Amino acid sequence: MSNRIDVRKTYKLFVNGQFPRSESGRVYEIKSGKEFIANPAQASRKDLRDAVTAARTAQSGWANATAYNRGQILYRIAEMLEGRTSQFVDEICILEKLTPLQAKAQVKQAIDTWVWYAGWADKISTTFGATNPVAGPYYNFTIPEPMGVVGILAPEKPSLLGLVECLAPVLVSGNTTVLVASQGAPLTAITFAEVLATSDLPAGVCNILTGIKDELAPWMASHMDVNAMDISGASKKSHAGLRESGADNLKRIFAFAENAKTQRMTSFLEAKTIWHTIGI
Amino acid sequence: MSTFDYAPAPESRAVVSIDPAYGLFINGKFVPGKNHFPAINPATGEKLSTISQASTADVNKAVAAARGAYQKTWSKMPPAERAKYLYRIARILQERAREFAVLETLDNGKPIRESRDVDIPLVAAHFFYHAGWADKLQYAGFGEKPKAHGVVGAIIPWNFPLLMLAWKVAPALATGNTVVLKPAETTSLTALLFAQVCQQAELPAGVVNIVTGDGKVGAALVNHPDVDKIAFTGSTDVGKIIARSVAHSGKSVTLELGGKGANIVFEDAAIDEAVEGIVNGIFFNQGHVCCAGSRLLVQEGIHDEFLEKLKRRMSQIRLGDPMDKNTDIGAINSSDQLAKIKALTAVGTSEGGDAWSPDCILPTKGFWFPPTIFTGITQAHRIAREEIFGPVLSVLTFRTPQEAMEKANNTPFGLSAGIWSEKGSRVLWASKHLQAGVIWANTFNKFDPTSPFGGYKESGWGREGGRHGLGAYLKGGDHE
Repeated sequence: MSNRIDVRKTYKLFVNGQFPRSESGRVYEIKSGKEFIANPAQASRKDLRDAVTAARTAQSGWANATAYNRGQILYRIAEMLEGRTSQFVDEICILEKLTPLQAKAQVKQAIDTWVWYAGWADKISTTFGATNPVAGPYYNFTIPEPMGVVGILAPEKPSLLGLVECLAPVLVSGNTTVLVASQGAPLTAITFAEVLATSDLPAGVCNILTGIKDELAPWMASHMDVNAMDISGASKKSHAGLRESGADNLKRIFAFAENAKTQRMTSFLEAKTIWHTIGI
Repeated sequence: MSTFDYAPAPESRAVVSIDPAYGLFINGKFVPGKNHFPAINPATGEKLSTISQASTADVNKAVAAARGAYQKTWSKMPPAERAKYLYRIARILQERAREFAVLETLDNGKPIRESRDVDIPLVAAHFFYHAGWADKLQYAGFGEKPKAHGVVGAIIPWNFPLLMLAWKVAPALATGNTVVLKPAETTSLTALLFAQVCQQAELPAGVVNIVTGDGKVGAALVNHPDVDKIAFTGSTDVGKIIARSVAHSGKSVTLELGGKGANIVFEDAAIDEAVEGIVNGIFFNQGHVCCAGSRLLVQEGIHDEFLEKLKRRMSQIRLGDPMDKNTDIGAINSSDQLAKIKALTAVGTSEGGDAWSPDCILPTKGFWFPPTIFTGITQAHRIAREEIFGPVLSVLTFRTPQEAMEKANNTPFGLSAGIWSEKGSRVLWASKHLQAGVIWANTFNKFDPTSPFGGYKESGWGREGGRHGLGAYLKGGDHE
């Protein structure tokens, strides 16, 4: 048995519920020191556009799922993640130079983050909506709605927890996403896509790309069918350029402080106010 | 139709006295400007006064005054005391409401009926509402000790001059910010009269500063390094320029921009009410309304009947002297705006649309455009896509509710929408599917300080009014 050769995993993209290679045929090499680890896909602009199409197509279905249903699916993600803990620990240890104990702490925190946001699904409207006492015979209320398609540039590290802290608050309200994973430590993102694929999350709701962040980010920022972006994981020096490109469709672009929590949810909501006459 | 003619019923101008020239309002005082431009009554072309064009140096002085007032007085004042100043302002505005209404109508061209019954009462309501927030911010859901940004640069349009001032100044002051306001070039007079209200209220010097002039003044404010937040209402084009300008500075920004609102009439609607709603939706304020219902989507089965009733109702609209209390449609605000409306409607005709207006005699002086509807319009026509900002309605039809949603949402804008139906579940279904920040069901063009207002997509960033609008003037609150 000791001579057995490992069966390695091919790390591909996650688009529309499937795991395609980059249409460009490109990969980039990930090493740990001198040791070869993997050849993840290097997504192209076309892959990004395909992912946005998938996210847009999936958006109304996800937004119109009941909050209870979305909450259960987010909780299911936590369940699936828990069962695969050791796989994530291995991948984090290899690429983030952490001890197994530290890596495990990161995975546990990522799982608990999903549980925390899962519980928000059916409380967002109550907490962030309003009924408004207008001076007239009208019933007037404000409900928070998802913005639509949100682009996420996930932070480099921690690769799993950082991704989850960006993704969960965007998904919970009914947005769909295209996420560009940590460039240097992309393995957890693709393994996480396998979690999503077994969590009853509808295809296209979350799409994950690996590749060169600085190559993909400007295309995401200038894409006219992306409504909003979380650029927390992009280099600070790229922020102004991304905001400038995003102005073409008045994209809502945010970068969050590390301790931001509910802001990561509320930033990606639109307030809709409805007036109706009162009468007999 | 004119069985009974209306006798003229002009409102008196005696209640206002307009100075021959106005300076800039900086640090509690009026200071003369170096260059000037005229304030024109758009209904007559008459020159009302002379307004100062602020220079970059003037803007710097105004921002310095606002910063000084923020640091020395306004940010140190107990919130409950801040509230009392806002209450004072609200009361003075109520006391001088008629004066403001008349001045607004003279300067803007809108009917006195609207300035008197809509604009000015809402202005006072906005100050009264926000006054109450000043000492209750910790309950608003933006943290236990929410903080003001500091100096707010407010840039407002000419369609609701004093109301847009109130939408910016009231929440900015309530949350503890100080303000430099730039009114629209063609409508400065009520803002300058508001400066006198600040003096009467003994508002500390520098808390509100007003710099008049053209877009260069606005640009100077947007790019000023000591302005912490920009609050802008205006066109989507200028909104995008502002968004690019602040990309490098990290300023907080709210934008209330353009729209191309769909007003959707289902077969089961109360037809006569819906006709009134469509008329109000597009002809209120000459159609100079960002949230105007400028696209009528009418279900095919009632199209012919509806159009006939709409035309009959439009034939009774009274266009003319804005000071006349019976006037429904007043003057177009400026010759520039009139030229834009004429240009876009000409495109509508050249692209094959059929324009119809009731017989109406346009006054010979001033700027006027008749209420107009376009039929034979498809989604691809420019007048069905671009904001006209005038009394021009594009008529489209639909067969199924799903088609109505698809057409209504097929626009880069997302500010407003209207739904006319007697079936509650259909109204709520449509409300859910329309991508717009404000939805009026069986009503249209209603506003209230408690009710958040603002758009999806390219109609802007953030909300104004209500708890949501308040957040825009607090650090971190613009994330909600």
